[in-house]
Amino acid sequence: MRFDWLYRESGRIAELFLWHLGLSVIPVVIGLLLALPLGWLAQRAGFFRSTLLGAAGLLYTIPSLALFVLLPLVLGTRILDPMNVVVALTVYALALLVRTVSDGLESVPPDVIQAANAMGYRRLPRLFVVELPLAVPVIAAGLRVAVVSNVSIVSVAALIGTPQLGLLFTQGLQLRFLTPIIAGIVLCVLLAALLDGLVLFAAKRMTPWQPGGAER
Amino acid sequence: MITFDAVSKHYRGQTVAVDKLSLTAPSGKLTIFVGPSGCGKTTSLRMVNRLIAPSSGRILLDGEPTDTMDVAVLRRKIGYVIQNAGLFPHRTVAQNIATTARLNGTPKDQALRIAHELLERVGLSSAFANRYPWQLSGGQQQRVGVARALASDPKFMLMDEPFSAVDPVVRGQLQDEFLRLQRDIGKTIIMVTHDIDEALKLGDQVVVLRTGGTLAQVATPQELLARPADDFVADFIGRDRGYRVLGFAEFAKGGVPLGAEPTATLGATPETLRQIATDRWVLVADSMNRPLGWADVDSVKGPLRDGDLNLSGTLAVEGSSLRHVLDAALSSPSGRGVIVGQSGELMGTVTLSHVAEAIEAARTGRMGTQP
Repeated sequence: MRFDWLYRESGRIAELFLWHLGLSVIPVVIGLLLALPLGWLAQRAGFFRSTLLGAAGLLYTIPSLALFVLLPLVLGTRILDPMNVVVALTVYALALLVRTVSDGLESVPPDVIQAANAMGYRRLPRLFVVELPLAVPVIAAGLRVAVVSNVSIVSVAALIGTPQLGLLFTQGLQLRFLTPIIAGIVLCVLLAALLDGLVLFAAKRMTPWQPGGAER
Repeated sequence: MITFDAVSKHYRGQTVAVDKLSLTAPSGKLTIFVGPSGCGKTTSLRMVNRLIAPSSGRILLDGEPTDTMDVAVLRRKIGYVIQNAGLFPHRTVAQNIATTARLNGTPKDQALRIAHELLERVGLSSAFANRYPWQLSGGQQQRVGVARALASDPKFMLMDEPFSAVDPVVRGQLQDEFLRLQRDIGKTIIMVTHDIDEALKLGDQVVVLRTGGTLAQVATPQELLARPADDFVADFIGRDRGYRVLGFAEFAKGGVPLGAEPTATLGATPETLRQIATDRWVLVADSMNRPLGWADVDSVKGPLRDGDLNLSGTLAVEGSSLRHVLDAALSSPSGRGVIVGQSGELMGTVTLSHVAEAIEAARTGRMGTQP
């Protein structure tokens, strides 16, 4: 471990960390925003359910490196454009979260839906006021998986040169120098734990009604 | 008034759930739909607020057809109570109750004020207002469910097996309280139950449906017991029809003479018990003179303990129906039924023969006044 190297490079490492943070979070946020309507469609059974969930499952099986390389051809972007990584990771987050949102809405007790209908809720108010709040615990659990897995997939993008902590791994390998690799691993784990905790915290705040979740 | 006009429900053109049902649930009265499973009682109920769409026929609220109303507007007019309450888990008790008022456009603080008033109305303290549903027992949740249905002050209410998911003791309490509440508020209610006892106890009018969704009989509970329309109805009401008739008000007034009953307290020695006893059994009461049970003089060896008491006898509260009085006499090991006052204090005991005389007298009176 060469701390003097870490000290000298700290500015660049911090910059890579922020890139890594952005590349991990932004795709999950976009993915969630897209997954909400799609998951809602999927949950409403029938044709949409099998098609959407099937397609989502397939997307997730495409190797990330292949996607990073293929996307410029599809999007017309330059190969080193970070946008490729954002789009690819959004696809992964979306693939995971469509199922999560659909499962979350599915987890709302039928009694509650029936009561809401019988009281005269219309469909959209019911979705926003009743179903989504009750789906938060399940959606948050899926969100945690998506965020943490994104933190690790982002580092693969080092192979196409996008700035983020993965560059520390490639650099360490090329120089046969362990310090940047260890620093990269520690920071990745730290980032994953931080984001995971953040989602957990937000979910707890949004569900004071859960047994054990409230401090009443 | 809720009117069913030749209402039918078919599923996929073959199974008939409800078959040309025509009836009226009168204003301010509690109408009960009862019948075996598959008789279409719940389907019929849900067609009123169009949770299920009728295949043919019409349902009218105070003469206004429901099929042309906006469905959300229709549902907001009708209070709805279901078996497991169906409370919103993410909302506090007060917020849950306020929901229906909010849906009908009541401002938030006024809706919450209504919620707090209703909480007391249904027998829950205001300490419950800020709790979440999971912190409540089944019976408490059901009370909140009733309060929620009432918060918009609807003219009509639909209740789908509202008391069947709680234990028998709580069910009895909820039923009694609901009867008292209904006497005050006089809503036009349709309730569904599979429990004939509940139907006879609560209903102003009982609608008996048979499998296949056809109407078997519409009658008051008394009429139903006295003159069941056919074998199906007679069979459904059950074998102990004669006994059930005793539960109605007309029998309640027949006074049964009360005998004085000497009592012992816990800790009494076998000698004391023998001095008090008029026969083998001595009634044991606590310091407030509330009956605890019967002690068998012959089998008590030492000072009287809790474990020595025979608890098989039921207590009849003064002024309750002859059904309860008779049950108290029948279930008592001494053959003397224990009658208590409103706060549980001993009033005296009745003998089986006195109860039988009272039944006889009430029966003659009833037969005499019949047209």
